[in-house]
Parts: sequence; structure tokens; C-alpha cells
Amino acid sequence: MRKRLLILLTLVLIATTVLAGCSNNSNNASNSNNGTNAVNDKKDPSTDSAKPTKLVLWTFNALHQTFYEAMAVKWNENNPDKPITLEATTYPYDDMHNSLLVALQAGTGAPDLADIEISKFANYLKGEPQLAELNDVVEPELSNIVQSRVDIYAKDGKYYGIDFHIGAAVIYYNTELLGKANVNADDIKTWADFEEAGKKVLAATGKVMTTIETGDQWSFWPLISQRGSDFLDKDKKVILDSQANIDTLTYLQNLVKEKIAVGAPGGGHHAEEYYGFMNSGESASVFMPFWYMGRFLEYMPDLKGKIAIKPMPAWEAGGFRSAGMGGTGTVVTKQSKNIDLAKQFAAFSKLSKEGNIEIWKQLGFDPIRTDVWDSPELKEANKFSDYFGDNIFDTLNEIKDEINAVNIGELTPAASDVVKTQVMTRAIIDLEDPAKVLKDAADSIK
Amino acid sequence: MDTKLTVNASPSKPQSGFWSSLPYSKKVAPYILVSPFIISFLIFFAYPVVNTVIMSFQEILPGQVEFVGTANYEKLSNAQFYRAMYNSAIYTILTLLVLIPVPLIFAVFLNSKTMRFTNFFRSTLFIPALTSVVVAGTIFRLIFGELPGSLLNEFLGLFDIAPVAFKQSAGISMFVMVTLATWRWVGINIIYFLSGLQNIPHELYESAEIDGANAMDKFIKITLPLLKPVTIYVLTISIYGGFAMFTESYMLFAGNNSPKDIGLTIVGYIYKSGIQKNELGFGSAIGITLLGIVLVINVIQLKFFGLFRKED
Repeated sequence: MRKRLLILLTLVLIATTVLAGCSNNSNNASNSNNGTNAVNDKKDPSTDSAKPTKLVLWTFNALHQTFYEAMAVKWNENNPDKPITLEATTYPYDDMHNSLLVALQAGTGAPDLADIEISKFANYLKGEPQLAELNDVVEPELSNIVQSRVDIYAKDGKYYGIDFHIGAAVIYYNTELLGKANVNADDIKTWADFEEAGKKVLAATGKVMTTIETGDQWSFWPLISQRGSDFLDKDKKVILDSQANIDTLTYLQNLVKEKIAVGAPGGGHHAEEYYGFMNSGESASVFMPFWYMGRFLEYMPDLKGKIAIKPMPAWEAGGFRSAGMGGTGTVVTKQSKNIDLAKQFAAFSKLSKEGNIEIWKQLGFDPIRTDVWDSPELKEANKFSDYFGDNIFDTLNEIKDEINAVNIGELTPAASDVVKTQVMTRAIIDLEDPAKVLKDAADSIK
Repeated sequence: MDTKLTVNASPSKPQSGFWSSLPYSKKVAPYILVSPFIISFLIFFAYPVVNTVIMSFQEILPGQVEFVGTANYEKLSNAQFYRAMYNSAIYTILTLLVLIPVPLIFAVFLNSKTMRFTNFFRSTLFIPALTSVVVAGTIFRLIFGELPGSLLNEFLGLFDIAPVAFKQSAGISMFVMVTLATWRWVGINIIYFLSGLQNIPHELYESAEIDGANAMDKFIKITLPLLKPVTIYVLTISIYGGFAMFTESYMLFAGNNSPKDIGLTIVGYIYKSGIQKNELGFGSAIGITLLGIVLVINVIQLKFFGLFRKED
């Protein structure tokens, strides 16, 4: 008897395990059907304080999630007639991008809103983009924002993403080390000055002037963007081996040959080894985009009060002193049941004045609306001004018109990949001929 | 025996209908019992394989899927793919060279009656297999950090050896990956070999002793030949495991990007092409190629060890 019961139980168990997949799916389907119905029913009597609509959002950064949740609370205060419940989830960077890509490819399972990092964005624009075009919310604000920050997420004149920040490339000087070498950061106007200052720092302190990423692109891309070059040209053709790029890579290689710079320990400015290296005062500067500020707060606490944020040196006097680097585009997927509402919420979070002020306050990013840079809220003391001093936005105001747009195309992920794995290591560690390195790299992705 | 009794007894019990008698039917029951495997095999293995073959002849973009003939396979002839092939092949060979003899010898020691603290060693050698590769990979990355303060460089410093940038050199980073694999898999392979050893009848050793065999003779003439089935099994899964390696290199290089692709494996290349660059068709072509390579190697190896002969 007992045995019979056991066998039956086992069979039931097996059957449920096997069938679990199917039944879950059907449940989900019916749930989401119910969901749509609920929304449709609700739209008619929307004059009453309506039931909140659920919006699902995926991101890859826990700070972004906190920001969106705060913005959802504000949205509900401002729009009692169309409240939302935001269900935001943070996934690991690769997981989120992969799941989203697969969901969009498969035509089911995607969230209403998602954050897509710029170096991945081109993947989502291939073929027929499965993202909703945002022209109706972006176009009214174009005059107030740095336009290049939405252009990078556009295809055929349609905008698909809105950025958090400009990602202005700046240089962070360790003023203590510069002081020991009697170098004034404000006197460094060009990259030639930078090299000279580096020699002084090396002679006086024995430390390097800067570090160069060998496994990432942020030591190379901003520098070529400053002089109007890029990985791809306006027509999205590969120009990785252009003369400007060769000159830039040669300059970086020379810094290494002169021992003014070294390859960043751990391969990049996001490696544990590098944080320790920089934090213990081994390098006098690092040039990274504005969003790198947060890493100083989190990983390099000993440098508090010793870091000055300055515009990048220019290639020639009067040249551009910054570049727009990195970024995260917020998108609305076509699979969303409430595309319009999702768009409005995305615009509220990332295009409105209120949203842009919160982007600075909570995330420490340089917001894309230039008209908020002078607003009093951005002058208020916060954890960033405690660390870097009060005039962070003065630097930003100086350089806001000196930023070239980057060209993002379908080949961007491939170009970025070959820079990260081949170009920088071969030129900076193995000291191979930059022209040959770039030629090989360009040929491999053309 | 017991089961049979129950089955025979069941007809005498009051019949409660078609469904309750189904599990006891000699015709149907076997199919029910194997169905979980068949269903999961069809859904999670056969269907993906067939679909991957189809996808490898397509260009797949959202809303635009079209057949492109063998274009994806023609693209395989590039330096990155060869590098990935080379890395995976070297890695597989090295892991085979380490992960078969070492666990075999450990297992013999652990099985020996003269060995003390066997339980302690068994568990310590097995614990690494229980840790997550992600955690282990991160810790190995820190141990093999390139700064003078990293654990291994501190250790080398004791012998006046200058700090080494482990992850910049192809040879050393391969060594690190094999070390990580060894650390993780030795315990598992020991379990396989131990179970094989415990199946060897003790009488064989006793009679060998009577004939005057020493420990070495017994190991070579009795232990090794009788462990052959286990060894073949371990070899087969190790070949597959070697070519399928991905997480170790992914964690060691904190992402799929290693300098000059020294840590890029075939699966890493599938991931890079299919997902990171959104070329699922090309990714599928690499996957099918990998399947072909592993299949051929395994078939040759199984034939070589005479596994197919048993069938006749």
C-alpha cells in the first residue's frame, strides 16, 4: 500500500516538474491578459482617481533603480489622474542586456522601460528596432538639452533613447602630487603641456603622471573625439586607422616610453588593482568622464579633498577640451502595453527640469539639460561637493560647447571590442607600432 | 522483487478506474517513467540543436530573419576564431594532463588503508567543487593580481622574484586558468576514481601479493586496467568540459575581454558574437562547429578505447 502511494506521489511530482514550464506560461499569459483588460476598463473612468498602472523597468545599476523609484513617487504626486506603480529591478550588466536582447528578439517578455548602456545600444537598433520611438517627447525639449546625447540613440531620424548625462570627459588631478612637483593644474592647457608637467612630476616624486587603460576604451576614445575623430565616421564607416587616431595612440605610447604614464594596473580604471594604486597616490591624474566621480567616492576615500576636476588638455591651444563619453539610454519597448504612459514617465524622469536636478543630486551625473546647470539646487552641498570642492559645475560650464558628438553605428560594439582587446594592449604594453596596430584592428572589423 | 509483488497484487485490489491502473500497466509504465527524460530532452536539447542548425544559416535581426546560405560559416575563418580554438584546445589538453593522473593518484592514496586522516583529506579536496565558479574566479583574480601587494606576488617576493603581471601573458594566464580548473575539479574526479577503486575486488590484490607483487606492480597491473571504464568516462566529460569552458576565463578577466584575446575560449567567442554583438546567426555557426569538433574528438577517443565493441 505504502509503496503504491509512494509510486503515485513520485509520478505526480515528476509530472508537475515536467509540466511546470507549460502551466507557468499559460498562467502568465492569462495574467497579462487580465492586466490589459484592467487597463482598458480603467481608461474610460479615468477622471476618478484611477487605479495605478504597473510599469516594469529593468536597469543594471542599483543607483539608477533608486533614482527611478524616487521619480515614480514624484510622478504620482504630480499626476494623480494617471498614477503608476513602478516595478524596477536591477540585474547584473550583462544579464540585463542579454535578457532584454533575447526578449526583444523573441517578441515576448520585455519590460515597459529599460536602461541600455551606450556601447550595447547599437545591438538594439539592428534590423527593425523593437523600441518605441520617442520623438514626440524628445523634440519639444531639443533646445534645452545637449542634442548629441539623444542623437547617439537615434536611427533614421527617430530617437529611441534618452541619456542620463553628458558624460563630459574631464581630468582629475591629484593636487598633492602636482604640488610636490610645483605644477599648477590650471597651467596645463594642451596635451604637450601635460607631457611636460608629467616629466616634472616624475622627476620630483618618482610617480607617474597618469595611467592608460589597456583593457578598456576611456583613455583613447575621448582623446580622438576631442580632435574630431572617432571609431566610425558620420556614415558609420570604420575610420579606426585614421591619421588622427594614429597620432593619438602614438602620443599615448610616448608617454609610456618616457615613463610618464603606465598601463592602468588591472587593465583599466575600474579594476580593484587600479583603485588601490590611485588611492595610495601612485598616479598624479586620471582622465575619465564626469560619471567617474562616483568611483572616487566609493573606492578611493583617501583622496578626499586632494582631487581637482579640470577640463581635459586640448590638442592645440583653443581646441576642444572635452568629449561626451559613455551613457545610458532609457528606452520604451514596443512590447509595452502602455507605451504612451511609459514614454511620459521616461521623459519626466530624464528630460524634465525636476528629473535633471535629481540626476545630479542622487547620481552625481552631469545632466543633459544645460539650463539646470546654473540652478541653485546644483550649488547645494552634497557628497560630491564634499569630496571635490564646490565649483564642480564651473568646470562643466566652461566646456559644455566643446563636445563633439560621437558616431554610434552597428559596428560600434565590434570597434569597441577590438580597442579593448587588441589595440590598447599591443600599443601600450607591447609597444608595437601604433599605425600597424590600428590598421590591423580596422581591417579585422571592416 | 518487492515491486513485482506490488504489481501482481494490484489487480486484486478494487479497481479505481483507468488512470489509477495506468502506472501499473506493463506496457504504459515504462513510457511514463522515461517520459520526463524524453520530454526534457526534446524540449531542452533536441529542439535547440535543430534550431541552432537552422539559425546558423540565417541572419537574425529583430523583425528581419533571412537565410544567408553558408555566409556565417565563411566568416569563421578569422584570427579571433582561431585564437579561441587554440586557447580551448590548449586548455583542454592541459586539463586532461592534470585532471586525470592527479586525482587518480590521490584516489589511490585515499583508498589506501595505511593512509591516515582520509576523511579529512576527502572533504578538503572536495569542498572547492561546491563553491561557485563566480566566487572562486573573483578570488583567483585577486590572488593573481598584478600589484606587488597581491597574494601571489607577495609570496614570490619572499623569494626575491619581481611582481608578475599574470593576466598580461598568454602562458601565465593559461596556467592560472588550469590552476583554477584543477583546484575546482580534482575533488570531483577523485570521487569518480574512488568509486571505481572500491569496485575492484580485494581478492585480486591478495592473490597478487601471494605471487610476490609489490605495490607498484599491483597499481600498474591491477588498479589501472580495472579503472579503465571510469577513466574513459572522466576523459570524455573532461574533453567536453575543456571545450565548454567559459566562466573561469570570464571571471578571471572580469568580463569577456582579455588582452589580445589570451583568455578567449570558443564558448566565450559564441557569447561575444551571438549576444554581445547581436549576431545570433554567426554565434550559432560557431556553436555548431564546436559541437562538431567535440563530437569528432569524443567518437575517435571512444573508438580508440574500444567502447563501441562491447555492443556486439
